[in-house]
Amino acid sequence: MFDAPADRKTLVEVRDLKMHFPIYAGLLRRHVGDVKAVDGVSFDIFDGETLGLVGESGCGKSTCGRAVLRLYDITAGTIRIEGEDISTMGQETLRKKRPTMQMVFQDPQASLNPRMTLAGIIGEPLDEHTGLKGSARRDRIYELMDAVGLNRDFANRYPHEFSGGQRQRIGIARALALHPKFIVCDEPIAALDVSIQAQVVNLLEDLQDKFGLTYLFISHDLSMVRHIADRVAVMYLGKVVEVAAREGLYADPKHPYTQALLSAVPEPDPVLHDTAERVILTGDVPSPSNPPQGCNFCTRCPQVFDICRLKDPQSREIEPGRHVACHLHNEPQAAGETAA
Amino acid sequence: MLNYTIRRLIIAVPTLLFIALTIFLLLELAPGDPVANQPLTIPPEVRELMRKALGLGEPMHIRFWKWLVQFFWIEPQVFIDWLTTTSSLAPILPDTDFFIACGNNTAAECDPRILSWQFRSPVMDIVLQRIPQTLWVVGTAYLVAIVIAIPVGVYSAYRQYSWFDNAGTFVTMVGFSVPPFFSGVLVIVIFSVQLNWFPSIYDTMHEVNNWDSFMFQIKQMTMPVMVLALQITSQISRFMRASMLDNLNLDYVRTARAKGMTENVVILAHVLRNSMIPVVTVIALGIPQIFGGAIITEQVFKVNGIGEMLIRAIEANDIPTVQTLTFIFAVLIVIFNLVADILYGILDPRIRYD
Repeated sequence: MFDAPADRKTLVEVRDLKMHFPIYAGLLRRHVGDVKAVDGVSFDIFDGETLGLVGESGCGKSTCGRAVLRLYDITAGTIRIEGEDISTMGQETLRKKRPTMQMVFQDPQASLNPRMTLAGIIGEPLDEHTGLKGSARRDRIYELMDAVGLNRDFANRYPHEFSGGQRQRIGIARALALHPKFIVCDEPIAALDVSIQAQVVNLLEDLQDKFGLTYLFISHDLSMVRHIADRVAVMYLGKVVEVAAREGLYADPKHPYTQALLSAVPEPDPVLHDTAERVILTGDVPSPSNPPQGCNFCTRCPQVFDICRLKDPQSREIEPGRHVACHLHNEPQAAGETAA
Repeated sequence: MLNYTIRRLIIAVPTLLFIALTIFLLLELAPGDPVANQPLTIPPEVRELMRKALGLGEPMHIRFWKWLVQFFWIEPQVFIDWLTTTSSLAPILPDTDFFIACGNNTAAECDPRILSWQFRSPVMDIVLQRIPQTLWVVGTAYLVAIVIAIPVGVYSAYRQYSWFDNAGTFVTMVGFSVPPFFSGVLVIVIFSVQLNWFPSIYDTMHEVNNWDSFMFQIKQMTMPVMVLALQITSQISRFMRASMLDNLNLDYVRTARAKGMTENVVILAHVLRNSMIPVVTVIALGIPQIFGGAIITEQVFKVNGIGEMLIRAIEANDIPTVQTLTFIFAVLIVIFNLVADILYGILDPRIRYD
């Protein structure tokens, strides 16, 4: 788990990904601006690892996850999966590529078609992408149901007849149906209660070991990400501010935003809780349609200084495998160079 | 589901009785004299005798009771006798003879049917004469409207705010807001007066027995169907569009795309099937309109269907006809409400009636 990332195969490579949603206003519905939900995000995901993507609500985590799978037509940037560039691929070619990359959605109730039975939901991708018929198809459905721990008797039931945890298992079984390599888990546990969250996360880990899956695990739950992720990317207002291996990030956060985020995790030890220094951020997140000049975080950063309000910091590798986008971690002349 | 249906049907009985009473009382309170159309030379005492002959001499509750008996007891007997002796089912059914007609000699104990005051003939017989025209014209318009409205609604929603959607919105707005007495006359002026393509008056006596007469039937139906279908299409296509838009942005649609389904499967198998649930209800609730006839459109094109019959009966103060027709519409509305609810239960697995 803690191998040096350099000698591992990169499965997903995202470079400068931008996803802007246009805003139309006025009588003639003219294009007046963009919501920069994802604004220049770059990261790699290595084969077989879990990259956690964390950040507060509205920072663009989910949009980023969907854009990586091209569920949106992205504004700019490149996405390579297994070395193949999917960022400009047509929808039809992309559709043929879908079996390798799947998604588990946040709301297990809404993401399942209410008029299809469990067998229908899991079996539909098999009809489209494999030639499985009759009993072979049924066996595959049962196999998937077993893999996620659903009773085979439930095959002909409808989604509303299941509990939240069971529905999320259906969503996972559906995502697994076509032997994917890469799964984007978009807050798969956010809609579940705590006892079920652990079950689902453990199931995801078991499946990862069994099928050699690679996850992009999107969550706002820092403790859960610490549990499941190998490396963690922190997002703020459409940008990735820090990417690091899990242990390093949790032990010694570099970016002021990461520090603030981690200090907000509740401390179970009452003694430490009382003495812990919490970084309290003031103000609100700026609007993604009108981000501040310079660093996106400069309006709320406790360690802000002059250059932050002028220049947007570039992401730099300050230690092997550790990228931070902050002027505090730029050497002065390097900062000058990147700004030039 | 069966229990639910039976329970609903039982509840329908008091509902319908109450509706019958309401219609009766409304007509009773309405001003108007059924013999007012008679020549002024008729002396007042003879007029009074004429009123009595129509059955108006008796008190209100007796007349209401008599109408109930006629509608629920005597007319069904006539219908059963008709089924077993003259209809195409007659050979397989045993002959019945429940109904004793009021001839000249059997005045003692005969069953009076509901008689129209205008025609002095049974209302139900006239309804049966009129219903084919209405079903042909209004029914065809309804089918045409559904066939057009569903694809239009689906495509408008799929390409929301495209030129197609905007054009569709404009046309449906026009279809909604232009009343048929205007659009009807407009199409008559354009297509029969100026272009001379279609006859402006619907010929009820026309019989279809070969290709030419069939083509003529199509021609004379075209304009009333067009006018009616414009209205119905506007309504259904808006419902379809709104329902599609509700579903298009739901998470399960994204799931279907993420599964790698083709766009056709996503739209037709996932979104359309879920969007059809409310639309099917609207369509089912609209079916009584077909039987009710399109009163104004039938007037404009002189289609002597049910709607035209109702208007004539109102003009002539023909209370039994108005009462019976209105009540038949009420029965159809109650039945199709039930049908819509049952369809909802069948189409949506989340709804169960126990």
